[in-house]
Amino acid sequence: MGKRTVIPFGPQHPVLPEPIHLDLVLVDETVESAIPRIGYIHRGLEKLVEKKDFQQYTYVAERICGICSFMHGMGYCMAVESIFEADIPERAKFLRTIWAELSRLHSHLLWLGLMADAFGFESLFMQSWKLRELILDIFEETTGGRVIFSVCDIGGVRRDIDGATLNKIVNILTDMEKELREISHVFFNDHSVKLRTQGVGVLSKQAAFDLGAVGPMARASGIKLDMRCRGYAAYDRIKFKPIVETEGDSFARISVRIKELFQAISIIKQCVALIPEGDIKMKITGNPSGEHFTRLEQPRGEVVYYAKANGTKYLDRLRVRTPTFANVPALLETLKGCALADVPILILTIDPCISCTER
Amino acid sequence: MSYFSMSKILLKNLFHGPYTTLYPIKKKESFGRTRGRIEIEIDSCIFCGLCQRRCPTGAIKVDKANTKWSIERFQCIQCNYCSEVCPKKCLTMENQYTSPAHEKVRDERIKCTNIQSPNT
Repeated sequence: MGKRTVIPFGPQHPVLPEPIHLDLVLVDETVESAIPRIGYIHRGLEKLVEKKDFQQYTYVAERICGICSFMHGMGYCMAVESIFEADIPERAKFLRTIWAELSRLHSHLLWLGLMADAFGFESLFMQSWKLRELILDIFEETTGGRVIFSVCDIGGVRRDIDGATLNKIVNILTDMEKELREISHVFFNDHSVKLRTQGVGVLSKQAAFDLGAVGPMARASGIKLDMRCRGYAAYDRIKFKPIVETEGDSFARISVRIKELFQAISIIKQCVALIPEGDIKMKITGNPSGEHFTRLEQPRGEVVYYAKANGTKYLDRLRVRTPTFANVPALLETLKGCALADVPILILTIDPCISCTER
Repeated sequence: MSYFSMSKILLKNLFHGPYTTLYPIKKKESFGRTRGRIEIEIDSCIFCGLCQRRCPTGAIKVDKANTKWSIERFQCIQCNYCSEVCPKKCLTMENQYTSPAHEKVRDERIKCTNIQSPNT
């Protein structure tokens, strides 16, 4: 039995994009347990729903997270639209699906870059972010913003994408797919990547289920859990299958996310082929009254939106359960028994978004 | 398992040259929809105050008595909501961003109503 030591990890650490604190209990170089602490960037955005009216809050909801901003706005709009019992125009549903999948592409490419950076593969990091830049340009061209789009609105979307631009997006994605295959070849086959990720941080299927893991974390452990299968927005008309791996280690999580990149490109292409003509927004008048609970699949996993309205223009309550919050118990499980040097990689494999978690 | 899997990409990059834009020499063109900053055509403004009430951050102030419209540039989040609700469509979103500054100064626009026409 070696000497027990407790070392603080974070909230400021080179590998962490956002602040989370972990007290690591070590026996020699092996982690025995980890005690998390959050609350460094709490902004009180849920409380703000009482101060901003339900239309204005669309812009606040988008700012819960900088990476999955569109899907936060979409989740909020879906919850409020359900209270109004509004069925938004078909074209708006397809446009939302296209932007949501582009967000998934941008989020996963960002994560792959950060992951490569965490295990010291700098050039791979640069390659991933080079591809991500193409997606950001598509965002700017279609919505006007590179990160925060402000296009989702209660009742539909604010901006349309014309046919020529849709075809241009498909062409960009087709070209990007070739470069993506080259990068994924490195991730799947490179000796050093495998050495750092294979067999590291194994989460069994049962443990993932018991600890309530969501998103790629659960899918890498063999749980077929994908909220897109519920068929919200235009997903009920798109052909896709959830990507599931069974190994449950860090390599499987990389593999799930890389395969989801190709899946997202395929979904966007299907949307462009199927998108109908028509309105992009329906008029919604009056104030909402009632409550609704909705779930959707963000790049990091399942997000839950609960909204309760009281007939005035201010909502009574808004509750957001974000994927990172659900994945923290699973992270603590994977940290048990790992080497200290693997801790940064394991924290990154859940794709942590602490801004979402604390709101 | 391979050891030099990155070589092909690296060789390609070597002959391609930089992917980044050499900023001060070559500037990136903005897109038609890029949300940069809000501008007002003050002569068309009727000072209804709708933009002030709808602004999520409270950046806009409308003073009907003095026919003054002002905006705190660094408080504005470029959401375009004011421009959408404006009944006279006198608010427009420009493509250029606000320049960096050391101080926060309210950007004011005053509508001149008492100037007599030179022909009279």
